[in-house]
Amino acid sequence: MSEEKKNAKTVLRELQDKIAQDAWDAKNRGEKVGWCASNFPQEITTAMGIPVVYPENMGAAVGAKGGGQRMCEHAEGMGYSGDLCSYARINFAYADLKECPELEIPFPDFLLCCNNICNCMIKWYENLALELDIPLILIDIPHLEGEECDEDRVKYIRAQFDDCIARLEAITGKKMDYGRLREVMEISQRSSRAWLRAVGTMENIPSPFSGFDIFNNMAVACVGRGTVEAAEAFELLADEYEALAKEGKSSFKGEEKYRILFEGIACWANLRTTYKALQSRGINLTATVYGPAFSFLYQNLDELMAAYALVPNCNCFERELELRVRDGLKNKVDGAVFHMNRSCKKWSGNLYEMERQFREKTGVPTVVFDGDQSDPRCFSEAQYETRIEALTEIMELRKGANRDA
Amino acid sequence: MDETLTLGMDVGSTTSKCLILRGGKDIVASALIPAGTGTSGPRRALEEALGRAGLTREDMASITATGYGRATFPGADYVVSELSCHALGAHALDGEAKTVIDIGGQDAKVLRLGPEGTLGSFLMNDKCAAGTGRFLEVMARVLERDVSDLAEMDAQAADIVPISSTCTVFAESEVISQLAKGADLNDLVKGIHRSVAVRTASLVRRLGVEAPVAMTGGVAQNAGVVRALEKELGTSIRVSPLAQLAGALGAAVYGWRKRRDTE
Repeated sequence: MSEEKKNAKTVLRELQDKIAQDAWDAKNRGEKVGWCASNFPQEITTAMGIPVVYPENMGAAVGAKGGGQRMCEHAEGMGYSGDLCSYARINFAYADLKECPELEIPFPDFLLCCNNICNCMIKWYENLALELDIPLILIDIPHLEGEECDEDRVKYIRAQFDDCIARLEAITGKKMDYGRLREVMEISQRSSRAWLRAVGTMENIPSPFSGFDIFNNMAVACVGRGTVEAAEAFELLADEYEALAKEGKSSFKGEEKYRILFEGIACWANLRTTYKALQSRGINLTATVYGPAFSFLYQNLDELMAAYALVPNCNCFERELELRVRDGLKNKVDGAVFHMNRSCKKWSGNLYEMERQFREKTGVPTVVFDGDQSDPRCFSEAQYETRIEALTEIMELRKGANRDA
Repeated sequence: MDETLTLGMDVGSTTSKCLILRGGKDIVASALIPAGTGTSGPRRALEEALGRAGLTREDMASITATGYGRATFPGADYVVSELSCHALGAHALDGEAKTVIDIGGQDAKVLRLGPEGTLGSFLMNDKCAAGTGRFLEVMARVLERDVSDLAEMDAQAADIVPISSTCTVFAESEVISQLAKGADLNDLVKGIHRSVAVRTASLVRRLGVEAPVAMTGGVAQNAGVVRALEKELGTSIRVSPLAQLAGALGAAVYGWRKRRDTE
């Protein structure tokens, strides 16, 4: 098959593998490699040509491949609480064991942490820095309580951005080329715009794709959005979705009878079960905060700083709610499924209130289920099934009532 | 006169309930076996209800299965979640009910009823068993009493011993240590009931308390829990003597309505 004929799914999967391999190759060449938080400004490392890998992505992949429980139990045996994030527990276990049959990432020479998606992550990375005795660079993004990211905040982030570059230059011996940085910023914009165009097609009825695909595709959006290959892959993905939407077709298996918002991180260890219970009932995911979460739109460096403060988890409850309500209504959801993911303090802390206000503001039925991003012990298939079944019965009743009206 | 017979089978986690309905409203026979999914309970409940009515499976226009073991019950024409069935059943028992609290063996649910007892919205307990029927069973065992004695003991209480509602195992330890201190058994039971009520009340408040409030499920038989919940919520709670059969009744109603709507 020629390169041109590959579909976006294949291109994205190959790109993800290539990014992972590039990090290994760099490590094997003796280059310095970092472990990096998922919403760290990747523009810095991409522009400097510094390879980084993402423990959060590893946590998700290990969970999906069935290693989550074993790794979490190992971390608990080391003394870490079972109440900690399962990505962190998997990562602590890997740092200790130095092997993981499901997926391995090169060991780090430095750590890059950014707290715009999770403040607890600072403690995770501080702990790693101590355990592995390597430098930690933190970019602290101020939480926004409804206000804009003003000049003072931009200056505060910018100072850390500049400091990060200086420290990375010292650690790796690689110099920042600001011309290259501008180029990477432009490429990142291309990726973000294409990503938004792709997820924007979920508005169509039927949505041209199975919404669970977002959980797979976002890996590249997270780790590679500053590369031309990623921008091209997302443009291909958006083109494919738009073409399907134009023809009224969808890659979702079966008829799309109902559309839902899925709130929270996927249950990687129970991905198939959680997906099948929905898909078998004709329920497609057409709204998720992951749509806007990996789109960073800016025109210059100052706007870049502000963009990293505008990620959903770095904002107040009211903004988070507004984002979900807006997406839910725009993408015409019939119901919503809220994942009570106790791994994630940020997400589970306000989930019940998020569910209540979302239900009241949109008028659609909702359901909450207990689970975890990578620890399968927190999920009960029977409990999940009952909730999804009842949600489907309500959605069916309401559709029937609308038809009769 | 509508003579259509429909059968509802509620295969719960700890009990199996079967109910036969005529014409969508008259209860012909019912049976309750204290053994749930994965046991002989469902089969025995079915045989007992049919035996009492002098009918056979073939006489039934439809069989609707609900409850925790609904998917494994053989020969069901319809399989429906217990949430929809408890809503329909509660409506059949009390046509005015707007909010239904159902506490079963291993979950607690709060339902908001829509038109004709259809399920409007719902909330369920989280992963912890505290606040469910199982919690009361564990406590009764520690007290060396039958779970059916708890309501009467609560009525005899002169005071209340506070018990945590965070976790069944923690609460069990608390009860044991209170026993060791010589706490009055009746006061302890009242504390246990309040602990269930506090936990359930927070679920009800999240959905919104809309009166009249009815209660179904096995725990509705326990007047102590009902009183404690009334106090927590500041509203009276209606309980039908058939509350434990609400799921099976709702399943039979569902089967009857399916037939009505397709004719």
